[in-house]
This record gives sequence, C-alpha cells and structure tokens, in this order.
Amino acid sequence: MQVVINGEQTTLEGATSVDDLIRLLDIQGKIAVEINGEIVPRSRFGVHDLNEGDRIEIVRAIGGG
Amino acid sequence: MTETSPKDFLIIDGRPYTSRLLIGTGKYRDLEETRRAVEASGAQIVTVAIRRTNIGQSRDEPNLLDYLPPDKYTLLPNTAGCYDVDTAVRTCRLARELLDGHNLIKLEVLGDEKTLYPDIPQTLRAARTLIEDGFRVMVYTNDDPIMARRFEELGCVAVMPLAAPIGSGLGIRNPYNIRTIVENAKVPILVDAGVGTASDAAIAMELGCDGVLMNTAIAKAKKPVLMASAMKKAIEAGREAYLAGRMPRRAYASASSPLDGTFFS
Repeated sequence: MQVVINGEQTTLEGATSVDDLIRLLDIQGKIAVEINGEIVPRSRFGVHDLNEGDRIEIVRAIGGG
Repeated sequence: MTETSPKDFLIIDGRPYTSRLLIGTGKYRDLEETRRAVEASGAQIVTVAIRRTNIGQSRDEPNLLDYLPPDKYTLLPNTAGCYDVDTAVRTCRLARELLDGHNLIKLEVLGDEKTLYPDIPQTLRAARTLIEDGFRVMVYTNDDPIMARRFEELGCVAVMPLAAPIGSGLGIRNPYNIRTIVENAKVPILVDAGVGTASDAAIAMELGCDGVLMNTAIAKAKKPVLMASAMKKAIEAGREAYLAGRMPRRAYASASSPLDGTFFS
C-alpha cells in the first residue's frame, strides 16, 4: 500500500491500523496523528484503518517560541 | 514583592498565574538548557511548537515533554511557521489532540519571512474558526489598537501585540500604541516579540502590560539561564513600578532634602 507519511512517499506493508503503523515505525513518546486533514483521536488508533493513498501526518511537541 | 504580591495574579482564561513572564522553548542548545532557563525565569506558561516526528529516529530523541511536564507547566502550543488559516487551524487541532484536549493556544498567522509580521486578515479568520471550535485563543498581532480591539471582540482570551519583529531584540518600538492597547482592553495584553534585554521587559510592564512573552532574548543571550533570571526580576520590577505609579516628569530640578533648617544661610 502506498501512503505519504510526513511528506514522504512510503510503501507500507503489515500495517492496517494507526496502532500498527506506530509500532512498525517504532515511534515513541507523545504524538498526534492526522490523516487526510482529519485528526485521528488516540482512542481510535486501534480501529482506524489505513487506506491506499492516505496522507498521514505524525507530529510531536518540540521547542518553539 | 510585598504590598501587592499575594493577590496580583495574571488571569488567563480564568486561571491565575503568579508569573507574568511567558517564555518560548526554541533556540536553546539542548533540552537541559531549556529546562534550566524555564526554571530560572519562573515562567508557568511556556510555548511549544508542533512539528513532524522524525520517522526512524523517534526512539533516541529526547522528548520536550519529559523536560517540561504538562502537569507542572501550562504548555502553550503555537502556530509558528503558519502562513495561512488552514495550516494554523490544523496545527491547533493536532496540538489539542497531542495534549489530551488542552485548548489554550497561541495563534500566529505570519505574513512573510522577512518581517514575521502577522497577516491580520488571515489571523482574524483563523481566530474566528478556532474560537467556534472551542479553542481558547491567545493571539499574536501587530501594535494596532483597532486590531487589538477586534481580536478582543472576537473572543480571544489574550491579545499579544508585538513590540518589534520576532527575534529582533529591538525593544518596545511604539510604547504609545502599546499603552493605548492596554488602556482599551478588558482581556490581558501581553507583549509578544521584540524584547531584547531586561529593561525592555520592564518598560513593557511599566506601560501596564499584563505580561510579556519572549524567547530569543533569553535563548540567544550569552548566558541564557542568567538572562532568564534577569527577565524574571525585570518583569516583577516593571509590574511593581506600574502598580506603584511613577512620579510626574518635570523639566527642572526639585531638591530632595528640606530647604528649611539648614545651619548655613
């Protein structure tokens, strides 16, 4: 499945939900996820299915003014 | 602080803060220096940016939230880097999700990279959308008193005029406008951007501002932690001077010692 993760074209295998994706990418710490411009609440990470062509943003808090 | 301190809170969105200094967490050498500077500043509200996670390096990366825990500080996510309504609104929604429903945000919609001046029409539109969506908006704006009033009327919980361009350190360039904005306002007015050193912060407070938000003035000082401490004192000194009410200016001298009772004549 082809998706765009944080602006990068990515071939995704073995991930059907957002939870799978986070595990696959080994992402640690507090994050928020947006898919195709819509927030995916943390409570739905396990049940939100990924689809071909999804534009996925995974963000965190960093230092800023 | 003596006479005034126990009751002199900065109230933002109904929540009291004893510190009137808000600081940004960008441009520090590392997160440990960030933590030490925040501590020395006494700030209770700190801004953070929302950025993409580095895929593949996430495990080894130190996490800002471990250094500035949300239960100890009020984190104020900003929309820095946003040049349009849509990205600013998306950034706020991501921030709210990231911080478990926390809805206090700093809105800035920028006009261009050279000045980092706010794009006011877009900032107004973004503020309206965010407020309708339940956000509590602290808004970065220019030093135009009419615009400050518009943002207040829209329902922003604080209005934050710039004193000079972001990161410029040029100080309070238009004290008369800042004072007018303060005089008109019923919501807290915070100078956001432009402060270069402690006296600038004191001047903002002496003008009657409710607080000051700064980043570069501390982070790019030669000794950031020491400057954070200086800023804390400047904010407190400026606030007390404002509350105390300064003496009137006069053109000529006025002797401080009594003229009566001298032993010479």
